Amino acid sequence: MVERMDQVFVLFAHWLVGFLPAGWQPVAAVLLSVVVIICLFPALFALTTVLERKGLGRIQNRIGPNRTGPFGILQPVADGIKSLTKEDIVPLSADAVVHFLAPLVLVVTVFMGFAVLPMGRGMVLADIDAGLLFFFAMGASTELSVFMAGWSSRNKYSLLGAMRAVAQMISYEVPLLMSSVAVVMITGSLSLSRIVEAQNHYTWGLPHWYIFTPWGLAGFVMYAIAATAETNRSPFDLPEGESELVAGYHTEYSGFKFALFFLGEYLAMFSISGLGTTLFLGGWSAPFSFLGWVPSWIWFFSKLMLSICVFIWLRGTLPRLRQDQLMNFAWKFVLPMTLLNLMVAALWRFLGDGWERWVICSAILLLAYLAMGWLGMRQGHIGPRRYRYAD
Amino acid sequence: MITDNTVGGILLGEGILKGLTETAKNFAGSFVSAERLTTVEYPEQRVAPIEATRVFPFLVYDGKDWEAGMRCVACQICEKECPPKCIYIEKSKDKKPDAVGKPQFYPTKFDIDISVCMSCQICVEVCPFEAIKMDTEFELSTEDRFGGLLLGREQLSKSNEYYHEIHATEAANVDASLAAGRAKVDAKTTAVAIAAAVRGAEVPPRPAEGGD
Amino acid sequence: MSLVFYLFAALTLAGGLAAVLLKNTIHCALALTVAFAGLALLFLDLDAQFAGFAQILVYIGAVAILVVFAILLTRSSETPKDGVYSKNWLAGLAIAAGVFAVLAWAVLQSAGGLPQGAAATPAVTVLQIGNALLGRYVLPLEIVALLLTAAMIGAVIVAMHEKERAQR
Repeated sequence: MVERMDQVFVLFAHWLVGFLPAGWQPVAAVLLSVVVIICLFPALFALTTVLERKGLGRIQNRIGPNRTGPFGILQPVADGIKSLTKEDIVPLSADAVVHFLAPLVLVVTVFMGFAVLPMGRGMVLADIDAGLLFFFAMGASTELSVFMAGWSSRNKYSLLGAMRAVAQMISYEVPLLMSSVAVVMITGSLSLSRIVEAQNHYTWGLPHWYIFTPWGLAGFVMYAIAATAETNRSPFDLPEGESELVAGYHTEYSGFKFALFFLGEYLAMFSISGLGTTLFLGGWSAPFSFLGWVPSWIWFFSKLMLSICVFIWLRGTLPRLRQDQLMNFAWKFVLPMTLLNLMVAALWRFLGDGWERWVICSAILLLAYLAMGWLGMRQGHIGPRRYRYAD
Repeated sequence: MITDNTVGGILLGEGILKGLTETAKNFAGSFVSAERLTTVEYPEQRVAPIEATRVFPFLVYDGKDWEAGMRCVACQICEKECPPKCIYIEKSKDKKPDAVGKPQFYPTKFDIDISVCMSCQICVEVCPFEAIKMDTEFELSTEDRFGGLLLGREQLSKSNEYYHEIHATEAANVDASLAAGRAKVDAKTTAVAIAAAVRGAEVPPRPAEGGD
Repeated sequence: MSLVFYLFAALTLAGGLAAVLLKNTIHCALALTVAFAGLALLFLDLDAQFAGFAQILVYIGAVAILVVFAILLTRSSETPKDGVYSKNWLAGLAIAAGVFAVLAWAVLQSAGGLPQGAAATPAVTVLQIGNALLGRYVLPLEIVALLLTAAMIGAVIVAMHEKERAQR
């Protein structure tokens, strides 16, 4: 019974596909999974917009939307209708083809990222051997669409926003990859389902998730920082900050195209949280061995929604980082820490089992963190300000 | 070695953690305490205005009839003192008794353009007759941008009981000073009457007493 | 030489042709990106997962963006006045034909060595690639790494000199 609940979707898909002739079955199975993903994650997106507005409201001493439906649940429906019926304005001198393609490229590449996430035991759309590489390849392609959007609008502020966004995304791509490489190193495979299975073991009831190791915790923190920056979320949302550049690279978009950008951003958040869950939080594995009877997909989505709640919490708490602060942070703090983390992970592997490796690895990481933090937070000497003029 | 010449504490990220706990407290607290959730769902719920609230002026009248009981005597001081000149007064030709009984002029037209009025309360401060006071009514939206925002003397006249409702202490003080004024006038007329009675045979024509 | 191969090849060729024939430079850069994507699809068709995804990650995710930034920041996004065709197109055609002939001869020579109608292309896993890179081919790997480091240091030095010049 527990087994059936766990595999309920897989069995249902098999039963549905069984109606078709044998030649069509693989294609039909893939198509079915694709349709499910395309329907499920936008629905989650709708739920998340309400959650975010209500959550942010409560953090900011106010109630969020509460007029459409009980507790504002139907607000996304209202938003959807609004975005569908608004006039689609394309600036006269804008590059029409590129302007049209930019949101499409964004949404398509973001949806592709979901194909390799293991959402439950045996519930991966495409169990690719180089799954993690595929995911990052799709993530890198989203930067192109951001640039296309900013450039095709023929608006210097959109272009500025797009350049900033692309610079930010590229700078944080490196720590994102580096913190994942530590996981790959320890697991020995790029395949995401193998990584989850490697974390699905229990010692004294506690799981072997990578976040419970020193290098895993450091890696997870840095992955979270890089993920927040990759998806242009607060506190790294300068490119799209409403009070900064109007709306940055999607200023000139209205109606449904804007809704597509919004959808793309939230879906990117989901997929990157899903990847973080898979790499560090054990994917679909349960937190304690005695909770193994709960279906695996429930664990995956709970962890995903928990990450989303943390994203919302961060958004409500932190002020926005300036562009140069953001870039300094990436190159001067996060990147060296990820490189050190890689070496510590290697050390972890070669020190063998035992309590020594815990102590040594934790000590190295903690000292490095304290040292770099202290270095970074020192107030510079207060002297006359030096200006650098453009010539 | 690790001295505190750093911004915000020794540990990097300390400030962030403090901030996160504060917002978490705000989030959780907003469900249980009204202190955390200060939002009021207007217009279904309203916050009671404080006593010194002021929006636009109104004319006070005593008794039941607004025309007869109006305290304003059309002295036009408020019209002259109003900074944006939003008051327009037309004086009457005849007289009627005022709040303390003396026959005075009264305004046949008293218009305030509330799209111009800036709620400075100068008209209230300079009025010697306690006739114009500040109202607290603010839901005055109308579809007529010009005529609808020009309030005439009938719309502006509100009773003394209403004044007591909106500004209790102020109204009580005003009533006390008006009563004192009336008492003084009464005492003076009584003293004059007694002096006249004492003076002798030819009774001089009596001045009108009180109001009728 | 299946239908899928012809489709991907057509996509790559179309992207490449568009990259040289279009007037707007940014459009050319985006067409080049399409050509890169076509190449990646060809790699994936050959079951070379690592090569295909690395192609997308590096070329589309980094090189294309670099090209586009370079076009933007050097202000050559306006269309050239004399049109896109150069005056010496005959010499260019001759050189391109010569290079194509050499490459085609090399490919056909090596294709002769493969067993005809290879049923299953050997599945090369990432593990094998990793082992080869750090085992047999470690020297080329380190040389390439050195080259990239030198390029990065050079870029930083050039930028730093500019900053110093601007401050004076």
